[in-house]
Amino acid sequence: MLLLSTLCIPFIAAIILLFVKHNEKANYVAIASSGVTMALAFNIAYNGAANFDADWILSINARFVLSVDGLAKILVLLTGISFPAILIATSKNEIKNRNQFLSLMLFTQTGLLGVFLAGDALLFYFFWELALIPVYFLCSIWGGEKRIAITFKFFIYTFLGSLFMLIGIILVYSNTPDHSFLIESFKHASLTNGQQLAAFALFFTAFAIKMPIFPLHTWQPDAYEQSPTAVTMVLSAVMVKMGLYGVIRWLMPLFPAAFASHEKFVVVLSLIGVIYASFIAIRQDDVKRLIAYSSIAHIGLMSAAIFTNTTVGMQGVFIQLFSHGINVLGLWIIADVIEQQTGTRSMNTLGGLAKKQPTLAILLVGFAFANIALPLTNAFVGEFLMFNAIFQFNPWMAAFAGVSVVLAAIYTLNMVQKVAYGNVSDATNLMQAPNKSAQFVLIVLLSIVFVTGVYPQVLFNITSDTLQQLFVK
Amino acid sequence: MNAIIVSTLLGVIMMFVSWGTSSQKLQRNIGLVGMLILIAANVAQLNGWLSVNFDTKGMLAFNPIGLFVNTILFLITFIYLWINGEELDKIGKHTADYYAIFFFILCGVSILTSFNNLLMLFIGIEILSIPLYILTGADKKNLFSNEASLKYFLMGSFSTGILLLGIAFIYGATGSFHLTMPVLNPVNKMPVQHFLMSAGLLLLFVSMNFKVSAAPFHFWTPDVYDGAPTVFTPFMATVVKAAGFVAFIKVFEVQRIAIGYTTWIIILPFVIISTLLVGNITAVFQRSVKRMLAYSSIAQAGFMLFALYGNSIFNNEALILYIVAYSLATIGVFAVLIKMKDYSIESFNGLAKQYPVLAFLTTLFLFSLAGIPLTAGFFAKYYMLNAIFTAGAGIWLLIIAILFAAVSVYYYFKVVQAMYFVDGTPAIHSIEKNYERKLWVIAIILLVLGVFPGLLFNYLYF
Repeated sequence: MLLLSTLCIPFIAAIILLFVKHNEKANYVAIASSGVTMALAFNIAYNGAANFDADWILSINARFVLSVDGLAKILVLLTGISFPAILIATSKNEIKNRNQFLSLMLFTQTGLLGVFLAGDALLFYFFWELALIPVYFLCSIWGGEKRIAITFKFFIYTFLGSLFMLIGIILVYSNTPDHSFLIESFKHASLTNGQQLAAFALFFTAFAIKMPIFPLHTWQPDAYEQSPTAVTMVLSAVMVKMGLYGVIRWLMPLFPAAFASHEKFVVVLSLIGVIYASFIAIRQDDVKRLIAYSSIAHIGLMSAAIFTNTTVGMQGVFIQLFSHGINVLGLWIIADVIEQQTGTRSMNTLGGLAKKQPTLAILLVGFAFANIALPLTNAFVGEFLMFNAIFQFNPWMAAFAGVSVVLAAIYTLNMVQKVAYGNVSDATNLMQAPNKSAQFVLIVLLSIVFVTGVYPQVLFNITSDTLQQLFVK
Repeated sequence: MNAIIVSTLLGVIMMFVSWGTSSQKLQRNIGLVGMLILIAANVAQLNGWLSVNFDTKGMLAFNPIGLFVNTILFLITFIYLWINGEELDKIGKHTADYYAIFFFILCGVSILTSFNNLLMLFIGIEILSIPLYILTGADKKNLFSNEASLKYFLMGSFSTGILLLGIAFIYGATGSFHLTMPVLNPVNKMPVQHFLMSAGLLLLFVSMNFKVSAAPFHFWTPDVYDGAPTVFTPFMATVVKAAGFVAFIKVFEVQRIAIGYTTWIIILPFVIISTLLVGNITAVFQRSVKRMLAYSSIAQAGFMLFALYGNSIFNNEALILYIVAYSLATIGVFAVLIKMKDYSIESFNGLAKQYPVLAFLTTLFLFSLAGIPLTAGFFAKYYMLNAIFTAGAGIWLLIIAILFAAVSVYYYFKVVQAMYFVDGTPAIHSIEKNYERKLWVIAIILLVLGVFPGLLFNYLYF
């Protein structure tokens, strides 16, 4: 029941919000709902939760099954923490029809939680799509100038990807021993080599588009740039994790042979993406685009680490799934505060933030360090383990991937330098009193960064059992 | 047999109602009550409470699936008439006559769901088609309507000719009009390949493709759907087309073995793919929503043709669900379209600001057509894909299907984009709250089936 209520609370709140016309009240409803969800998420992550199982569609034997493993726990926790953080940090922003906006945000949260909790392939697909629909409307209504065309590209891309997954589901489903969509029966499906390869390709296409892996990433920077920042936060902090989650929870255990034979291929593709995105990030002037490309690089590293198929790498990915979400959330919130107050995102017109708003500048530096994965920050733990795994996999590839650390330092520090230091520019001069609610959120997030950086055991504890299941057969 | 008798009687009654009363409202209500009686009569037979039968020498056979399809198509017709009643009155003074025509068409539908004999197929198709030619030309002063009617009539009678020739060939080969198992070779148990039989079935195949507007026999469809009065188009595109599919399946469920399996799995995918291609790609380029929907109905027919691929209960389930999802969504979209002053996509601009509820409903209908989860359209597509995969189709066929499904998202979403993301004043006649409420009924059915598609089939299995 705990799992079901976690799913229902944002859903019901989203419906209620459609009828709350008053902006302030709408904010309270949304934040309260996401706060309760966060509490439940903590409970799930540290105390576990019983599976929820109910009949759904009898004639095809699809069941409404919700279940958590360590991987799902850590992502539920991330979703739980992200949404209140995002909603509080952006609560002062000017948004037309705020109640509709918040309602769609909570629908998105429902979809995301559903994806992480679903234990039935059809249900998984269902939520996978449902998480996308509200985002389509959020970006197209409240986004930037070129929002309609770009969001549509994003939508068609991911929709097509998920249709491929649907065929994959049909393929595996018809070969399961008991004709069921449960993940357990999917694992026992008797597939021939050819079928396994086909199913692998079909599922992988969906996940690769979502992550995204080079060369399927073209929708992402534009979509991040054009979306309203609150949605960008959801997209990059939580939604891209859907792809990685899908790979670990569905792709790896379902098609072990096909997975093993494609390790090198995917690792190479991911690493090309990492270096490619890092180089582009260096050339960016727009803060939002810079963070977008940096995020592609980080996700690429995670996907490479998953496909090394080593315990160490997976351990790193589990930690990094959470840490990357927190770090990128911090960066986006800072970028949003700056944009809201100065009206620009161009680094060349910014400068001198440290003189104008020292607290914000300190927070920026903190998150920048986390983005480069300096020791003491949370990202260090994850990245260290991931590089370790890639090194075990192939030292040359590790050397290649290592370049990305240097590149990350270049673009991140360059951004910090241009935004925080130097003379106070005209744009920065426009900044008024600090945004208290955003700063509160940032301080909380930054403390998570350092706590999990110094004592990562809090995260390891959640995921250790899943790790054993994945690798001890 | 109940449905056939009652619908004929109701048709005749409606013909004379206009003598008794000239009030359009009263005529409309009599028509709706008639529909309810028809549904009740059919349900009575389906549940075995009461059925009037006489010996047809095996020319008609009533099985639960056929009767169930009847019920569904009648219910869809009822919803259609209930929503569009007032619009029907605006076409002309002869409201009662239109209802009479609808009942005759439903009589044809009931024959097509129960025939067991090729002559009955022919009669059913004629009873179905001839009233349609009249409906298409109902807007007598409108040249487009006249043109569409004439075109429909010429093409329709041409295809009926092909149908008759096919039936004659089959009679020549087997000496019977009955739908029976093909003659098996006693030695190897394979069907005896008879040239006349194959030629006859091929002609039947062409003619049935014609009726369900599958490419390359689809050329009449856009013009007829576009030219006919908008209020009639959804009926032609849904109930009539669905009946055509049921007949199509009934003929070929058994008989396709006689064509030869290899021939069948070559010609059927060819027709399906060309239908999907023509329907979807042409729909992308339409500026008029009405014409776009006409092409989209061709594309949807391509998806429904998949039901012919296999021969199992899955196919029937998939087709029934597809018919419900597609029909209700199409009727819903057309119910909104008919309130538009012109049918261009631009006329939908800014609809969400002025009529948020109406825009939401339209979005839902379009989502269902596009096959987005939470709407019945998704499960319709899912069941269909699952059915053909179970029937042994290659993955390549499924991939082609979903590629075209993605294309269809493109043009359905153009309307959604116009409603929500483009500013402007929608060119729309005023909408009453009551009208929106009626559309909610469709929306709720689509949503419920979008979460629990099994509800539809519970009826079939107890």
